[in-house]
Amino acid sequence: MPKITMNINGRETSTEVENRTLLSTALRENLYLTGTHIGCDTSQCGACVVHVNGKAVKSCSVFAAELDGATVDTIEGQANADGSLNVIQQAFQDHHGLQCGFCTPGMVMSAAELLKVNPKPSEAEIRDYLEGNICRCTGYQGIVNAIMAASGQDVPSIAAE
Amino acid sequence: MYDFDLVIPTSVDEASTAMKADGAQALGGGQTLLPTMKQRLAAPETLVKLSGLSELVGVNAASGTLSIGGATTHGQVADEASAYPALAALAGNIGDPAVRNRGTIGGSIANNDPAACYPAGVLGSGATVVTNTREISADDYFVDLFETALEEGEIVTGVNFPIPDAANYQKFDQPASRFALVGVFVAKFGDTVRVAVTGASNGGVFRWSEAEAALNANFSADALEGLAVDAGDLISDLHGSAEYRAHLVGVLTRRAVQACS
Amino acid sequence: MPDGGIGAPTKRREDTRFLTGRGKYTDDFTPQNTSYCAFARSQVANGKINSVDMSAAAEMPGVLATFTGEDFVEVGGNPAGWAIVSRDGEPMKEPKRPVLAHGKVRHVGDAYAAVVAETLEQALDAVEAIEADIEELDAVIDMASAVAGSGSLVHDEIETNTCFDWGWIEDNRAATDEAIKAAPHVTTLELVNNRLVPNALEPRASIGEYDPGTGDYKLTTTSQNPHLSRLLIAAFVLGIPENKLTVLAPDVGGGFGSKIYHYSEEALVLAAAKKLGRPVKWTATRTESFLADAHGRDHVTKIELATEKDGTFIAFRTETMANVGAYLSNFATVTPTFLHGTLMAGNYTVPNVYVNVKAVFTNTAPVDAYRGAGRPEATYSLERVIDKCARELGMDPVEIRRKNFIKKDQYPYASAAGLEYDSGDYDALMDGLEKTADLAGFEARRAESAKNGKLRGLGINAYIEACGIAPSNLVGILGARVGLYDAATVRVNPTGNISVMVGAHSHGQGHETAFPQIVADMLGVDALSVDIVHGDTSKIPFGMGTYGSRSLAVCGSAVFRATEKIIVKATAIAAHMLEDKPENIEFNDGVFSIKGTNKNVGFGDVALKAYIPHDYPIEELEPGLEETAFYDPANFTYPSGAYASEVEVDPETGKVTICSMVALDDFGVVVNPMIVTGQVQGGLAQGIGQALLENSVYDKNGQLLSGSLMDYAMPRADDLPNLVVDHSHATRCTHNPIGSKGCGEAGAIGSPPTIVNAVVDALVRGGHDVDHIDMPVSPSRVWAAMNK
Repeated sequence: MPKITMNINGRETSTEVENRTLLSTALRENLYLTGTHIGCDTSQCGACVVHVNGKAVKSCSVFAAELDGATVDTIEGQANADGSLNVIQQAFQDHHGLQCGFCTPGMVMSAAELLKVNPKPSEAEIRDYLEGNICRCTGYQGIVNAIMAASGQDVPSIAAE
Repeated sequence: MYDFDLVIPTSVDEASTAMKADGAQALGGGQTLLPTMKQRLAAPETLVKLSGLSELVGVNAASGTLSIGGATTHGQVADEASAYPALAALAGNIGDPAVRNRGTIGGSIANNDPAACYPAGVLGSGATVVTNTREISADDYFVDLFETALEEGEIVTGVNFPIPDAANYQKFDQPASRFALVGVFVAKFGDTVRVAVTGASNGGVFRWSEAEAALNANFSADALEGLAVDAGDLISDLHGSAEYRAHLVGVLTRRAVQACS
Repeated sequence: MPDGGIGAPTKRREDTRFLTGRGKYTDDFTPQNTSYCAFARSQVANGKINSVDMSAAAEMPGVLATFTGEDFVEVGGNPAGWAIVSRDGEPMKEPKRPVLAHGKVRHVGDAYAAVVAETLEQALDAVEAIEADIEELDAVIDMASAVAGSGSLVHDEIETNTCFDWGWIEDNRAATDEAIKAAPHVTTLELVNNRLVPNALEPRASIGEYDPGTGDYKLTTTSQNPHLSRLLIAAFVLGIPENKLTVLAPDVGGGFGSKIYHYSEEALVLAAAKKLGRPVKWTATRTESFLADAHGRDHVTKIELATEKDGTFIAFRTETMANVGAYLSNFATVTPTFLHGTLMAGNYTVPNVYVNVKAVFTNTAPVDAYRGAGRPEATYSLERVIDKCARELGMDPVEIRRKNFIKKDQYPYASAAGLEYDSGDYDALMDGLEKTADLAGFEARRAESAKNGKLRGLGINAYIEACGIAPSNLVGILGARVGLYDAATVRVNPTGNISVMVGAHSHGQGHETAFPQIVADMLGVDALSVDIVHGDTSKIPFGMGTYGSRSLAVCGSAVFRATEKIIVKATAIAAHMLEDKPENIEFNDGVFSIKGTNKNVGFGDVALKAYIPHDYPIEELEPGLEETAFYDPANFTYPSGAYASEVEVDPETGKVTICSMVALDDFGVVVNPMIVTGQVQGGLAQGIGQALLENSVYDKNGQLLSGSLMDYAMPRADDLPNLVVDHSHATRCTHNPIGSKGCGEAGAIGSPPTIVNAVVDALVRGGHDVDHIDMPVSPSRVWAAMNK
């Protein structure tokens, strides 16, 4: 089996995989990074989104063996150095952008890329960008609000009612 | 998923050699191939990884032609094909951002999904598909559903798009897959108009020649009045009947023409 | 109100682990030496199993064990939890639902064999090596033909495809028929409540473990109600003694009903773990979710509304065929009956209601409760036919509803469908809706849309639902085979912090945050000193779990009652410490004091005393401070609401865009308004999904056409508008101690008719002769309706 080495969340990490091993499987089964979730088998739900070399990809649709030498960032590496929630994570909590939590890692990783390429997205741009991330719980309102807030834009306070 | 041999070549030459093996298949971004393999609906013996081959990646515009490397992602085309805005917009609306970060133009047109967007752009532009062995005009390239003129072992190394005077792509989403329920690409080169339709036909992407003739004579939405594609050849499924798709072809073609002017 | 008590929009503590990738869902567990299970599933909808030869599969690399239906002939079946009696007095038909199909396969995806191997890929390889001879038979798909009985049977042994033919209330049938016959106006509507796939984002998964040293079993599984699953497995399916089986439902990635039920895969991994002495794991693919999770809805209905000429309602009469699929899932029989028929008076003072429901077996996946469970079907039928009636009578849709609303001074109100509504104020909700949704401004917005070539429509809806299920004595009379109380144990630890063990399971609802708010409010302690324990049958009291918007109203009430008992006992301890009688002690904000004095003792000191009883009235009081309460509700709770939506229809393509969605709900007392807002928004998205996008479709051969996310359209962020939610128009639930009604399903109940009403309104205003479009109101259906 090929042995691959990736920089995962800032740490050089080696593991043996089969050619057919998906990145998502390698992360979850080999490296115990179970924050990356598998919600579908057609590459649509987005629960498995991670960053490969700085870009959001669906880790269920990439072979790990393709990624020798790559840099991979997952939800486990997103918090601040002191362990506190980063700006996006904190906004998701503040604006009730999650319920069951299953889509959440992928949502946070997609949101992170969105804010990298578009630091002040409009609501419509956020909704459009999240096309590849399905949430069955929130109706997306809390997620959209969280991303608006994380980008420093005004959103109605959830506590206003 | 069945296991397979993975070849990661460092050049197109190496890739071409690897593709000569029995049961070898090119691996682009894998955004269609991997889901198919997960369902055990495809069992390639060898995958030859093309994405990441630097000679296959790039978007270049020169003397009226936009050349895109076969392993260029949709995301890169969306960002860099400013010389051909209609094509950049088409690329920027394929799948979702994560898919666009992996999926490639070569992978898309080699697969020739009947609901994919790129075939409409390639055929509608009258582009030339470049392979490791030859050049194929778009009119000869798309043969049938999931079928192209590519020979065994042939690799799409790039696509050369003549840049039209005006062009527009109108996509009507299938609500679940977000592929095109119907997509229409209209491109105007001088007095010549090409209209390519994806998503609608059991035979894959096709040119709507009646519309082209009418638009050659008078490039306006009014020229399409009374024209309709024959629903008989079109796809009927739970998302829309053949009649509905035929209707959408008309609507989207009009809208594309309006957007051109 | 202390910080973080009842009514505070406290941020969720569970979010920290979910946001950092540290949630622990079933598939995240891989015990040492785990083996993997894969299932052989039927590719035909109806087939006779001539033989299943596992010999080649058993020889495949890594294979540890194989199973077929033969292996489970001696054990029980997965039971129906509710017995329905037909109009003629006959009990419903209950064919056995085996662990693995035996003799026949009855739907595409019906599992008939299983393989356990060292790795998942090896198990999948081995499944492909199974040699099964399955003779395809004609599939039973269309309900009308199934009931007519002309073709195949799903279950040969019951000699019919009709599970039951139920009337509610049968004694009202003749009077309702008479009233309709004599009425000056009758509106009739035939409609389909489309079949849905719940699609919780986490696919089902189960891990079976067996300890040969102790004989103990453990099942880690995606369940909304671990005790119920344990009961079903123990008492009906495998016969494992309950005390030897622990069911653990860790973090669960959404349920929406689909994870209430016991499924065969759970029994299989337990049986396999016993056989192998190794953990056995199975995780569904999304494809398996489509094929083998319980689906929802799937009613074909004819409803009639009889009125006076002025729009006063005289009678509702409903005839429904409800698809139960190939086997009876655990609550398949109550969903289309008592959770549907009893709501068919809606919010209205209508005197006559009669509902007939025929439940039909077909060669499709089992159908059971999905978010709303019967009430969305009831609300959709009522609110669509009312809209149609208003149009026929030339009345405004708000006016016709107001004219027939139960008024706020009429509570408690005995509805013509057999329920006693305890509280509500539908006019106040409608008043609020008119303001919040700016109904007066609709005309101007419509004109603006028209300028852009779009047809704009306004949809109005009023709903009532019954949740907080349910009084055990009542449901027992109606056929329930379980009680529907819930339970909580409040354990005050020696150092004064508190663990609360609850029967409800949280899989997105925020119990870990909301339940402590109740305890904190009552005890005057910091909510963060209270932790919730849920999901583990070895730790929690026997509660019935989470569904039917019941967690707060029923389990929360158990928490409330247990906390009351804590206060009583702590007061006695405090009295001893203060050297006075308990009746002279008062408890406020965490401090026990002798009335009228400044002599007091804090809650923490009392807790410590309870566990270090050196100086303690041991002859009068036991040590410890831990109390359990089982709460059995006196009635259902009755949330209600008024919703409005505006849509734009593209007249060229038929595409519907939702411009606004406003939901005003009365949930009674709200414990955490942030969580309630999220619950409603999530429900709205699912209801909008049903209305516009989602459809589970089988072809005539029983092949599932919408068997993946490529063809089953889930709502995405860009399908939805801003979801405006307001729950300030509240009337207290009169019969539970918190005063809460339940909010989990409201959005999914109220929104589908709102959307369809709006689309029909847009088309009618646009000059089209359209009175109904079935859901999902897809572009192609709208276009077809405009061009019929």
